[in-house]
Parts: sequence; C-alpha cells; structure tokens
Amino acid sequence: MSDFEKKILEFKNRLNSTQDSKEIESIRTDIFSKSGFINSQFKKLASLSEDDKKTFASNINKAKQELLEIFRSKATEVSDKDLNEKIKKEKIDVTLPEKEFKIGKIHPVSQVIDEISCIFSEIGFSVEEGPDVENDYNNFTALNTPEDHPAKDMHDTFYLDESMKILLRTHTSPVQVRTMLKGKPPFKIIAPGRTYRSDSDQTHTPMFHQLEGLHIDKNINMGHLKGCLNYFIKEFFEVDKIKMRFRPSHFPFTEPSAEVDIGYRIENNKIIIGEGDKWLEILGCGMVHPNVLKKCKVDPKIYQGFAFGIGIDRLAMLKYGINDLRSFFECDYRWLNYYGFDPLDVPTNYRGLSK
Amino acid sequence: MKFTKDWLDVHLKTNKSESQIIQKLNGIGLEVEKVEPVKNELSDFIVAKIIKANKHPNADRLKLCDVDIGKKDTLKVVCGAPNAKDGLLTIYAPPGSVIPKNGMKLEVSKIRGETSYGMLCSESELKLSNESEGIIDLNDKYKTKIGKSFFGEKKGKNVIELSITPNRPDCLGVRGIARDLSASNFGKLKEPRKSKVKKNIKHNLKIKIEKNKNQACSIFGSCIIKNIKNIESPGWLKNRILALGLRPISAVVDITNYVMFDLNRPLHAYDLDKIKNKITVRNSKKGESFKALDNKDYTLDKDMCVIADDEGVLGLGGIIGGERSGTEIHTKNILLEAAYFDPTLIRKTAKKLDLNSDAKFRFERGVDPQSINAGLDSAVELILEICGGEVSKFDVQQIKKFKDLEIKFDPKMVSKTVGTNINTNEIKKILSNLGFTIKTKGKILNVKVPSWRPDIFGEIDLVEEVIRIIGFEKIKSIEPDKKRTKPTLNFFQKHFHLAQRSVASKGYLETITWSFTDEKINNKFKEKLESVKIINPISSDLNVLRNSLYPNLIFYLEKNLNRGFGDQALFEIGPTFTGKKPGQQITVVCGIKKQSIDEDSNFKKNDLVDVFHIKKDLVQSLAELEIRKEDFKVEENTPSYYHPGISGSIVSKDGNLVLGYFGALHPKIISNIFGFEIFLENLVEYKAKNKKTKESLTFSDYQKSDRDFAFLVNKDTRAQDLTEVIQNIDKNLIKEIKIFDVYEGENIPSDQKSIALKVTIQSDHKTLNENDLTNISKKIVSTVEEKTGAKLRS
Repeated sequence: MSDFEKKILEFKNRLNSTQDSKEIESIRTDIFSKSGFINSQFKKLASLSEDDKKTFASNINKAKQELLEIFRSKATEVSDKDLNEKIKKEKIDVTLPEKEFKIGKIHPVSQVIDEISCIFSEIGFSVEEGPDVENDYNNFTALNTPEDHPAKDMHDTFYLDESMKILLRTHTSPVQVRTMLKGKPPFKIIAPGRTYRSDSDQTHTPMFHQLEGLHIDKNINMGHLKGCLNYFIKEFFEVDKIKMRFRPSHFPFTEPSAEVDIGYRIENNKIIIGEGDKWLEILGCGMVHPNVLKKCKVDPKIYQGFAFGIGIDRLAMLKYGINDLRSFFECDYRWLNYYGFDPLDVPTNYRGLSK
Repeated sequence: MKFTKDWLDVHLKTNKSESQIIQKLNGIGLEVEKVEPVKNELSDFIVAKIIKANKHPNADRLKLCDVDIGKKDTLKVVCGAPNAKDGLLTIYAPPGSVIPKNGMKLEVSKIRGETSYGMLCSESELKLSNESEGIIDLNDKYKTKIGKSFFGEKKGKNVIELSITPNRPDCLGVRGIARDLSASNFGKLKEPRKSKVKKNIKHNLKIKIEKNKNQACSIFGSCIIKNIKNIESPGWLKNRILALGLRPISAVVDITNYVMFDLNRPLHAYDLDKIKNKITVRNSKKGESFKALDNKDYTLDKDMCVIADDEGVLGLGGIIGGERSGTEIHTKNILLEAAYFDPTLIRKTAKKLDLNSDAKFRFERGVDPQSINAGLDSAVELILEICGGEVSKFDVQQIKKFKDLEIKFDPKMVSKTVGTNINTNEIKKILSNLGFTIKTKGKILNVKVPSWRPDIFGEIDLVEEVIRIIGFEKIKSIEPDKKRTKPTLNFFQKHFHLAQRSVASKGYLETITWSFTDEKINNKFKEKLESVKIINPISSDLNVLRNSLYPNLIFYLEKNLNRGFGDQALFEIGPTFTGKKPGQQITVVCGIKKQSIDEDSNFKKNDLVDVFHIKKDLVQSLAELEIRKEDFKVEENTPSYYHPGISGSIVSKDGNLVLGYFGALHPKIISNIFGFEIFLENLVEYKAKNKKTKESLTFSDYQKSDRDFAFLVNKDTRAQDLTEVIQNIDKNLIKEIKIFDVYEGENIPSDQKSIALKVTIQSDHKTLNENDLTNISKKIVSTVEEKTGAKLRS
C-alpha cells in the first residue's frame, strides 16, 4: 500500500468513526482546503513524468471523489443528528399567549355609510357633502320652510348667533340646495352626514346621522322613487323580499310627501325585517317641491324628481341589532370592539355588503 | 288631535268599522299615533276587595278597612256600611273621582281621626240602582278583576289619536277628518245642522278692531247670550271632553272647547258683566300686563294683539283669555267670540311669551276665516240647549277680505308626477269631495280652494291631494337603472375612506363623538382659533363647536380608563371648526393611544409605547395614503397642546402645508398619552398638486455595498439633517441610509452625541470597485463635516 493509499484510508477511517461536527470540519480542512491533502498531492504532479502524471492525477481525482462522497454523507448524517438533538431540546409551551396584535375597528355608522354608498353607487348616485354649519336660508328658506312656521318647531335647532341666521344643520337637505345651486341638472346624489337637533332622551341624541337622496331629471316620477327605495331597502337588509308601505305625510320641501314604513316581526327577541304584520317608520321622501327647484335655479316646468331622507343610525340599529341610539356616541371600549367592523371588511359590490 | 268613533259619526255616515277607519286614516296621511280605551268619568271606579274590615277606633258604626285595589299595598278606607266585611268584593272610588249621584269630588280626608283614602260605593252612589243600603256586593266572577275599572271593560270604546302634520289645520277638527274619509269612499259627509235658534236680543256691546300696523286680528265675530244658567255639562259632553284629555269645567267652557275640536274653530266666552264699556282689539303697549286663565301674570311687549276693554287687557287674542273676564259657574250673561288671527303674528307672540294653548296651536296653523258664523251657531245652539238664555244677532267686525284662491290645474300633471295614469273624472271627483269647486275649461280645470285649506297654493298641492286619496299603493314601482355616469366618490372622499380604514388597521377603534364640546377643555386645544359658541346648547358642558378632536377623545378615553380599560387606542375622523361661518371647518383624523404600565408583565415591558410608535402609526398611514417619506419632512414646531420636546409635525417637502402632528400630549393637560392628527384637506391638496404617475420599475443587479459611519454632532443636531445631507451627495449611488445607533455618554463630550448610520451604495451601471467606494465614502465624510459641523468618530 502506497503512502497515498494509506493516507486515503486514514481519512476514510477518521470520517467513518466520527459523530462530531467540529471533527468533520477539521477533516474537511485537512483534505480539501488550499493547503489540504488533495492540493498537496496535486502539487506533486509537477515533478512527475508525463505518463506518471496522468496516472497519478487520475488517482488523485478518484480519491477526491471518493472522499467527497463519504464526507458529504457523513456531514449530512452528523448535521441531521445534531439538528435532531437540538429540536428535541427546543420544545416550548405553545399555549403561552401569542404576541399581541391590535386591529382597530370601524364604527357601525361609518360601515353603514359605506354600505349605503355601495348600494347607491350601483344605480348611479354619487356622494355629495355639505358643511355642518349652515345658514338659515339653506336649511329652511330654500327648502320652502317659511319663517315663523310650525314646521320649523319640529326641528329644535341649535343656533350659533343671536339673530338665528347661522345654525347647525337640522337635516342633510341643505346639501340638495348646495348641489343644485352649483351644478346643472340632471342631479343624482346621496349625501350622508352629521345632523343636529337640540333634543336628548332615550331615543334622541343632539347629533345624529342622515342620508339625503336627490334625483332630478326630466321625467323622474314617484314610480322611480318607489323603485329606488325598494331596491335600496332590499339591498341594505340583504333580503329577497321587503314589505314596504308609503304613507302620505308632509314635509315643506317635498310635494307629494310620504313616510315609508317597512314590515317586521319579532322572533326570539330579535327583529326580523321584511316580513310580519308590524310597521316601522324608516324614512321620509317625496317629489321635490317646485318652490325648492325654483329657489335652486332649476326650472320646475322642465325638471322634476324625488328626494328622501333616512336616519343612518336607525338603519344601523336595525341591521345590526343595536338597541340604544345613545350608545353610538358613548365610545365605550367594549361597545366599539363588539359592534365595530374589521377595517378590512370593506363593503363591495362583488363580494357583498357584509361578511 | 283626539276623537272617538261616535264623535266621528256626528259628521260621517259610514258603515266602516273602527279598525278599517284607522287603517284608512294612515293611508291618506292622517297618521294614527295611538288608539287607547276611552277615559270617562266612570273609569276611575275600580273593583276592590276588603282584606280586613277592622273596627274604627273612635266610632262604633264605622269600619276601617284594608282594601286591595290590585296594587302592591292595600289602602285604608273608612266605611260606614253594615255589610262591609272581610273578603267582600266591591267597588272603590279613589280620591279625585266624582261620585255620579251627587257630583261630589272625593278627597283624602280624616274621618274621626282616621285617614281614609277614597270610598267604597253603594249602587245608588254610582246610579246603578236606588239601592243605598250598604256597599255593592259583587259576585265571585269579579275576583279576577281586582284593580280593573268596573265600567271600563263593558264599554270598550277607544280614543283615536292622530298626529296631524302642520299643513292640515282643517283636520284639527273632527269634521275635517270626516271630510277626508268621505272623499276616500269611506262614507258620506253629513250636512251641518241648520241653526233654528231665534236671535232676538240686541248686541249692545261696542266692538272695534283698531287698524294698527301688523294687526293680527282681521275678523272679530261675537254674540251676546243673556240669562243663562251655567251648569255642569251633561254626561255626553263631559265624556267627549274627557276623551280629549281635558277636564270638564262648566257647560259654557266645555261647549267652546267642544266646538274647537269639532270644527277646528276656537271660541272664547267672556263674562259680559265683567267687561268694562266696550271691546277694543288692538296692539299692546310695552309693559301692559294681565292675568291669564292659566293663573299666570304676563307682561306684554309692544304690538301684541290684545282684546281689551276700557280697563285694560282682557286677553291675548287667539292665544289665551284673561282671568278678569272669565266665566264662572254663576255667570249669567256672556259674550261669545269667534275671531280670525294671523298665523305668523300669533306664533311670534306666543313664542315670545312662551305660551301654548289649543287655540294658539290652531290659529298658528290656520283656522278657516269663514267659520265665524258656523262656529258661533254651533256653540249658541248647545249653550241654549244646556244653559238656556237668549241670544243676540251676530256682530262681525272685519278689516280684511279673504278671497278664495283659484288655481289653473292641468290634470295631466297628476300622471306626470306619479307616473301612473289617473283619469280626469276621478281627479275631479276626489277634489270636489274634499270641498274644492271645479270648473272645466277645455283641458284645464279651474279649481277653487276651500277656505279651510290654507296649505293649498298651487298645482302640485292638488296633485298631492289626488294621490293621497287614491293611495300610494296604486303607484307602479319602476326598477332603477344600473348605470353610472359619474364616479361615486370624488378625490377627497376616496382619501377620507382610505384614511379611516388605514388608521383603524393600526389598532385604533373608531369613535364618533359630538361636534361640540366643553369650552373649558376646548380652550386648551384651540390655539389661535376663536371659540364658536352655541347660543342654546343642550348642556353647559357641550357649549362650543370643537376646534380640535382631542377634547372629546380624551374625555372618552378617560371614561374608558375609569371603566378599567388601560390599553386603549381611539380615533375619530370628522370635522373641526375654524370659525362660525358655513364651510369654516376642516376634516381631521385624530388618534390617541394610552398604554397602562404593567410592571409585572415581561411580555409587555419589551414593547412600550413611545413617540416612535405613534410616529410609526402616522407615517405608515400616510404611506398608505401615498404620501411617502420622500414627500415630507419632520419639523419640531407643534401646537402648545403637545409636549414641546416630544412632538413633531409632518410638513410637505416645500414646507407650505402641515400634513399632521404627532407626539406626547402636554403633561399639563394629560400625562402619558400619545396622539397624532392628520389634516385631510391639506394632504389631499398636496397630493393633487404633486400628482405622480408611477414610473416603471428599474433596479440594479450590480453588487451593493454598505458602509458604516459614526459622526460626533452637537446634541441639538437632528438625524434628519444628517441623512438629508448624505442623500443629496449622490442620489444615483446612495440608495438607502439607515440610522442604527444614537449614543450619548462615556467617551463623548457632554454637549455632543454620536449618530451611527449605515449607507447603502450601489450603481445602476457597474460593479463599484474599492476605489469608487473609497471616493464616495470620503465625500460623505467631508460633506457632512462641512455642512453640519459633525466630526467623524475615529
């Protein structure tokens, strides 16, 4: 056996007999590094004859391959063994609490506004807004509510000046006025927003939310109004059928005017919308009064259309089973967490309104 | 407005049931608010049981009974009946009830030293029979009825309460309701009875309406009735008055009230003998005063409409009568008034004096100016029937003519408005049943509006009348078009929506708080803004519009802390007000965060909230709104409500727009709370001005190298100044700068600190060699040293 072969055998034995990753690394250096055994053998080639060179080079390469294979399998074996031992020690109690992740919540009123916008978007309404502080003209006069009229009493207005000309809007209807004054018909808008009345009890809060709707064009009639609201209510409550009743009523800014009731029943203390023999008033609507159109520079001889106003908070209460209106504004941590919506839960047309 | 079916029958011949009528009323716009069993004089009498009939301590013939009237506790009632015994079922009359036999009103009284709460009744006392020996002995059937009204259940009549919209004063009278029902094919409106009363005596009281400026009274009709015997009203009238929820007073007063609710025709009766000389209807002088029938003294302003005699004010026209000339049970001669007052002026006066009455409620909505005679007739007839006496001719003073309005009406407008074809004949029939007179002129109808309908001004009002009677259910619903010509949300609204959800996704709970707040707290946040006061706030601690979202958020955060929730993050997106004019408001997103320090929890100690958490939430939300780090810079000046050393502002690169603030709130206001604000209008303006289209993505695959530097700088040098200088050296080669350490202390002069940063250098065109890297490193050091006064730390 040549020295060369002896050496090879020695390396093989060393590799076969070890289970230690450090020893494996030192063997690797001894064999394969720059100054290692294989390289040292290659250096010898220079001093050999052409024939011997060829034979010896082939022997080195053969031995290198052989050792490499043994080395690789041993290295894998040892590292697997080491890893297995390590894993064995790494057992932890996974029932300990996870790292806290706080996702916030969207207020039900905001969620419902998004749902409503989504529904009306489908039928071509766009969203308009107006200021919370309004002048008496936009809030009452332009809406055909005369000075010193009992209809004004129903509004319990908050005023910002002694002459009672500047106020907090009592409804979202002034957005109708602003929209019509700044544009040209046709108009097809909804306007959600904060509204204010100086009223505070079980079922009233000094601030609440309304949704205004306005559709003015050349031939928009009460049939369109009925169809639009019917569509909206069905979509909003996500039911196939809805029982609805239009009751004549009076608002100064619409003529004819109606209040809309929806049918419901109570089952296991829960309200079921759309069926049953009880009625719940949910909105007011009507054909925009010609006087309002005139005040908004729209010719009532050419254009006509409908408007409606809905209590957003009320819709949210009905849809999501919230009993107390006042709780919407009390910011109770538990309430916000319970009734709030995941911010990723964006109402969309294609996925649907609610999860 | 309240009425009963039998009262309606006075005006309407119908075979419809009460429940059919209720449904119909809702259908034609007369909303039924409530249906309740009628209250009459007898509903007070309750089935009761004597639990124990004790001996009266001070009287042999009397008993002191413990009576069960269906309530939790029994009552003590003194009773003299020999048959009062334990377990007897009988009828109990509570204090306040009136005994039918003698009209006596019961009170809580002491009988021989023992207090008696009410009375146990005999049959004769209740006019059931003449039996007056002993109290009523009910059979066992009534055992289950203890506490219930003895008479109530038998009658089963209801009071129907309508919520009449302000445009329909005519339906504040039963006749108006009957007319609407008859127009809806619900029966026939009966003709009013023709008065057969002979008006023989002379009306010898002088009455004059002064022609003042803004005279509210335009018609004053009256008659004199002499030699009446003002008595208690008969049962049927009392019951009607009780059904209205009013208290019967005397025949004369009850009759005027009855006519008011019957015909929507307020009347007033004066004691003629108390009127001094003559009646003048005039405007008041400032400071005049009188005592009204509600027993209160009123001091009047200038120009309120008063009815006066030579002594002074008798009453406020159309609102309330005066005590001085009020009728009493012994009144012999009366003056009966039926007048017309201007709605607006009545309303102004009543509002100023904070006075409400059934008459005022009607006059401010509009009473039929042509109902003077009918109203007087109706009342005179009843007074003469019940109280006797003789009546004078009617005197009607009138200073203004009322002309019935005529409207040219194209009946096609009905179909055009409702979208369903309605036949002209049907339209004509409905309108004439409602009292309109119609003349057909070709295709146009000339429609005369009845004097009792002050709400009808034009064609559209007639359309409403027709469709309301036909019924809204007849309108055919038209499916909406699913077509969109305009985007649903505009640029700003999209950002509102995104900002809201972006902040929520950082762990903040969205709140909605009042747009108003407590001035005292608001003052700490208003900076240079004026406070916008509400003249009539709902409460004194919600008296200004908010200049900032912080006051309310902090208020509710503290409330939650008190509820025991330590870790909290709340936010709101909504208006804050910069002035009191419409439009002086901005949209702010404001978040606050509070972490409770829990010394025991190791999990938490490693993740304490500090200013950089709040900065992270803000910067990340901005990034989601596509305001990236390179679009803004951070500055130190913040409003005074932030901790001056631990807060910053985010401003646009050009320094012109404040996009937001973040930091610790000032410890003087509240400690350990971090917050941020985003000013949405500014942000959207900035974005709109600097609209970028996304460039196509290029990146370099050449090797990149990191070089670390540590600079010694003055303590007040800001990290941002350093990174900005480095960034500007070569924007093509310097790809990223990361600060990885800030150190003060040992080995560093006390007025200095060391900032360590890693600069990533990479070319888009080649692999940089050692030489290139050395050059750029040298340049970084020299530039920083030159521009910031820093020294490379060796």
